[in-house]
Parts: sequence; C-alpha cells; structure tokens
Amino acid sequence: MNINKQFPRALEDEAIFILREVAAQFEKPAILFSGGKDSITLVRLAQKAFFPGKIPFPLVHVDTGHNFPETTDFRDKLAAELGVELIIRNVEDSIKAGKVKEETGKYASRNALQTVTLLDTIEEFKFDACIGGARRDEEKARAKERIFSVRNDFGEWDAKKQRPELFDMLNGKIDLGENVRVFPISNWTELDVWNYIKAENLEIPSIYFAHEREVFDRDGMIWSDSEFINKSEDEVPYKTIVRFRTVGDMTCTAAVSSTADNIDTIIEEILEAEISERGARIDDKRSEAAMEKRKQQGYF
Amino acid sequence: MDILRIATAGSVDDGKSTLIGRLLFETQSITKDKIEALKAASQRKGLDFVDLSLLTDGLIAEREQGITIDVAHIYFNTPTRKYIIADTPGHFEYTRNMVTGASNASVSIILIDARNGVGEQTRRHFYISSLLEIKNVVVAVNKMDLVDYDENRYEEIKKDFFELSDKLRKPNQNITFIPISSLYGENIVAKSEKMSWYSGESLLGILEAVAPENIDSAVLPFRFPVQHVIRPKSEEYHDFRGYAGKIASGQINKGDMVTALPSQQISKVKEILKHTDSLDSAHQNESVVITLEDNIDISRGNMLVKIGEQPELKKQVNAKICWMDTEPMKVGKAYLVQHGINRVKAKVSSIDTRLEISTFEESENVDELKLNQIGEVSFKLGGAIFADNFEANPGNGAFIIIDEFNNNTVGVGFVK
Repeated sequence: MNINKQFPRALEDEAIFILREVAAQFEKPAILFSGGKDSITLVRLAQKAFFPGKIPFPLVHVDTGHNFPETTDFRDKLAAELGVELIIRNVEDSIKAGKVKEETGKYASRNALQTVTLLDTIEEFKFDACIGGARRDEEKARAKERIFSVRNDFGEWDAKKQRPELFDMLNGKIDLGENVRVFPISNWTELDVWNYIKAENLEIPSIYFAHEREVFDRDGMIWSDSEFINKSEDEVPYKTIVRFRTVGDMTCTAAVSSTADNIDTIIEEILEAEISERGARIDDKRSEAAMEKRKQQGYF
Repeated sequence: MDILRIATAGSVDDGKSTLIGRLLFETQSITKDKIEALKAASQRKGLDFVDLSLLTDGLIAEREQGITIDVAHIYFNTPTRKYIIADTPGHFEYTRNMVTGASNASVSIILIDARNGVGEQTRRHFYISSLLEIKNVVVAVNKMDLVDYDENRYEEIKKDFFELSDKLRKPNQNITFIPISSLYGENIVAKSEKMSWYSGESLLGILEAVAPENIDSAVLPFRFPVQHVIRPKSEEYHDFRGYAGKIASGQINKGDMVTALPSQQISKVKEILKHTDSLDSAHQNESVVITLEDNIDISRGNMLVKIGEQPELKKQVNAKICWMDTEPMKVGKAYLVQHGINRVKAKVSSIDTRLEISTFEESENVDELKLNQIGEVSFKLGGAIFADNFEANPGNGAFIIIDEFNNNTVGVGFVK
C-alpha cells in the first residue's frame, strides 16, 4: 500500500461544516459514542467546531454489556473531562424487558440486538439526529450512504429512496418521528483517522496498542478469551501479544497479532496490512450483503 | 496533502466499475481479504476471471442486475494525493445520480466503449460535466483490447467526440483523451506497451497532474455564509461572539473590511479562528470562525462579503434546473430553495426552456419539468438569496430545491 502519512485538512473542514449544520438544523441531536477511535475523532471534531463554546450534543452509548472494560473506562473519562452529558442504555435491559432475545450457540453475539436498544433510546430522548463515526470505506453498502441519512419511524434505511446530496448542501428536513443519521467522517479512510489521531495527539483506549492477552483461535482469527464467548472444547486459550484494530463488542471483534505499541508503528502496520479493517468483524461475514440487510433494519 | 474528487460516468457496459476496480488494484488499495472475497464472488457467478466491478457495485439489487444504480464513493491514495471517486450510473434514467455524484468533482472521467464509439450517452455525460462547470474532463476510450489496440479507431472516436463537444464546451475546460483497457490494465497506472502510438500519460499520470482544488480561490469574490453564531457566555469568553462557517469562495485576511448581508452593515475582521489558532488568512472551503471589530447583528443564513464585492440580492432568480423527483415541477407551485445553507420560499413563475436528456429534444414555455429533465426556470423568492452566477462562481451559484410536503430534495439549480 502507498506510503501516506499526512492528514488531508480538507476532511476536517468538511466534517466541522457538517457538525455545525447538525446543530443548526436539528432540535435534539446526539453523538453516538462507543469509545472507539472513530467516535473519539468525532468528539474532537465537535470540540473544534463549537470552540470556544461547548459541544452542544450529549454522548450516547448503547452498551451490549460485552464491551472491553478498557473502552468503557475511557468513554467515562473522556465525557467527564469534556463536561459533556453521557447517556448509557443497556442491551441487557432490552433483554430483560423481553424486547429482544439473547442469541445462542457458538457465534452468539449481542451486536444485532443493539439496534432495538438504540431505537428505544432515540424514542426515549426524542433524538432527531444521531451523529455516528461510520465511514464509506468500511464496507460496500456504506459506500452508498449519505451524509444525512434519513430513517423512518422504525429506523429503517431505504437505499433506493435516499435524498440526493449535491455540493455541500445538506437537507435535514424531516417529519415528527423520523430521524437522521449523520456521518461527518464519511469521506475518511481508516488511515485518515489514524493520521488525524496522530496530528491532533488524541488519547485512545489502550487496547488499540499491542499488549499481552489471553486469546484463542477461531476461523483463522484471534479472539479475546472472555466469559461472553461460547468456546468449544478444542478452542484452547493461550497468551500472546495482540492489539485491536477496530473496537466493537468482545463477541464480534477479533484481535490482530501485532507488536505495534505506538501511533507511528500502528500507521506503518496499516500501510502494510493485508486485511481490511472490517475483515476483523465477524458480523459482516454472515453473508455477502450482511451490512446492507442490518442497515435496512435500523442498524447504525 | 490535497484531495482530488473525481466523477465517473459511463453506460452500463462501458466497464466503469472495472476501471475503478483496476485503479484500486493497481495502486495497491485493495486488501487481501477483499480480493479473496472478490474471487469467491466471481466464481459463484461462474466467471473465470476476478470481476473487479464487484468491488463497487455494493447494493443487493445492483449485484443481482449487474449495474450501478446509486452513487458509490471509493477512495484511494497515491503518495501525493487522496482521491475520492464518485461512481455513478450511466443510463439516462439515473441522470439525477450522475448530477449528484458529479457535483463535488473537479475531474470527470467519461468512458466510451471503443467498439461502439461516441453515442447519446457520451453526449449526455459531457453535457452534465459542462453543466456542472467541471474543469477537467478525461475521455477514456475503453476496451481497446477488443479493437486490437487500433490507433485509427481511437482517432475516429476522438474526432467524433470533438465534433459533438465543440458546441457544449466551456472556454476554460481541459479535455484529455486516452485509450485504455480496464480489463487488462493497459494505460491505467503505467503506459501501455500495446499502444506505443499513444504519446500521452497513463490515466493515473493525467490525474496526478491535475491542478489542486481551490487553486483559483484568490481571484474569486469572498463569500462567507454564516452557519452558526458562537456565543459561549462563559466566564472566560463572556463577550465572545464568533461567526462560524465554511468559506464558499474566495479568501479573507485579518483586517479586511466586510459587509454583512442583507443588513449592509460594515465592520472589520478582527480575528480568523480555527479552534485555538488565530490565522492571518483563510481560503475557499476552510471552516473557520470570524470575529468582527463591531457588534453588529448577524444570524444564521446571513453572509459576509468584502466591501465592494457584493453579489446582487436576488428576490427573483433565473436558473438552470435539473429535476430529480418523480413528481414533476409545475409552474405556479411553491417549493423551498436552499442556497448554501440559506432557505427561502420560492414559487415557479415560468419554465422558459426544457431539454429532454434522453433525446436532447428542446421545447419552450412549458408548464412542467419531469424527472431528469433540464430547464431554464424563473422563480419568485420569499426572501433574498446572495447568489452569484454559477458559471462565474460555482462555489456560490448553486441551490437545491426541497418539496415542503415530503421534505425531499427534488431538484438542483444553477443560477444564471
């Protein structure tokens, strides 16, 4: 892959423009915040967009209960430092309320269940815009996503009825009950995000850096051993040095074997990587059109 | 480093998706797992080669029908530049997607199948590139492998193209011609040995040589639509009042005298801020916060311009419209016009000309514009917009049209 270590500043200008449009066009926007690198980037952009004013949106996290503790601790710390409201809603509660059913079997994950909790949270707080860190380079259904993506009352995405987006003009007009998902870093690549984290000297959770961890092998990938994954007998845990390239729920995010323990070595590694970022996400591998199908149902 | 935005257009079978797949493949922008997935998908379709077009045709319906319906965005890097490709469908039914995809582009790649030559689609794609004031047009004659890499065939197509483009061509437009084979990677990133008669650069070579975006921002008038007023009212910034926005065109220096529109009040630029940095100047497409020496009343939708460079305050506007909705635009109907970030009510007074993009048939004084038709339309506006002529200043000359009843974006306008 090509050597490219500079961050194109035009991407920051574009994202800041989008965030300011959100503040102006919507009554109750929120940032969906997972504590991962993309949402950390979003928070930084929001901080810059409204400085010296405060970030005018709360941070919302839908917690599956299976997240890495390093990430949730980081999430709490960052929100406290910025003095921004942090709203957490739990998939566990949706399960208890009987709204969703826990998956069973070897690949059981709460990743798909998040959607229901997210839609309930949107309804509870009457959010009309949810800002997310999704990028078009992540996956091919995302490549067709708009910057302002309108969802109906059920949070559904209709790929064929998307509004045209011309030049930089954003149309966020919606009816009551509808909401918009906003993707300010749509045009960034994984490398752009890392170059930005470096340029801005942003702090990120420790699991992005190489560390020793108890893991086991499955389907050619390395998984963090945890009580949330149903292992079969031949899946024997061992200790090794890994890091995480993308951070989601423990049940759907695999680690990569790596000794990269600082931003520079991480960037080097991405430049040479042979596996795409979402290649470490088992949730996309269920079928060729897995992402598009989940998005139709309201997934982020 | 800068960004170059490219729009690609071509007919269903011109091999556009293959070309993009090829560009990604040759710039090492596809990771191993994606190539593996492509191989598997190609095999499932019974193909004996890796179908690079599967990389961009992302929606389920598109993969089923083997065509590109929506605009897909694709990214790749070279050591000097980040490239963003808006890949759009070529068929006239999807003209609105083409216009959408091309709206941000500074380069348009038009594909021609070497066997079929210049056709109605080519004319349409070039028309749209010119409508959008895209400065750099690259005409790629693809599938040269299927005409034995024949120079005469290429020259013939070139001649046909210039015959048709002469009438539509803009004075400052660069048109570059290149023979390629996407399937075999000829003339894509390296010069083809099979076409030694071709003296120009490879496709990537041509793209790398395109001047950076914003290059002419210094000669254009300064236009700063105010997006958001920042008033923290905190102890530290008690009296702070900053105007946040993205510069639509031109550039501004600290100390410049500015006029606020529509109030016509005058003040001087005190500071140009980007987060905690205070800048001496800022140019087109930069998101900044401007503070002024005087406390004047400015709110969202207002515009700051330099003294003596005022646009006309338009309460009536003539514009070229590309209609994007299945429900036609009708004379007498009211819509919302959004120029930049400024929304005003608008009523269609007349549709003076109409172009049917599928046949290029023209009519005058009609009462409606249908999906994908392009027309010259006069509007009466409920409030003033501060727009420039689109040809003279594209950054401040376009607007979108919103249907108030279903909230959809139903058209785009280019101010005359």
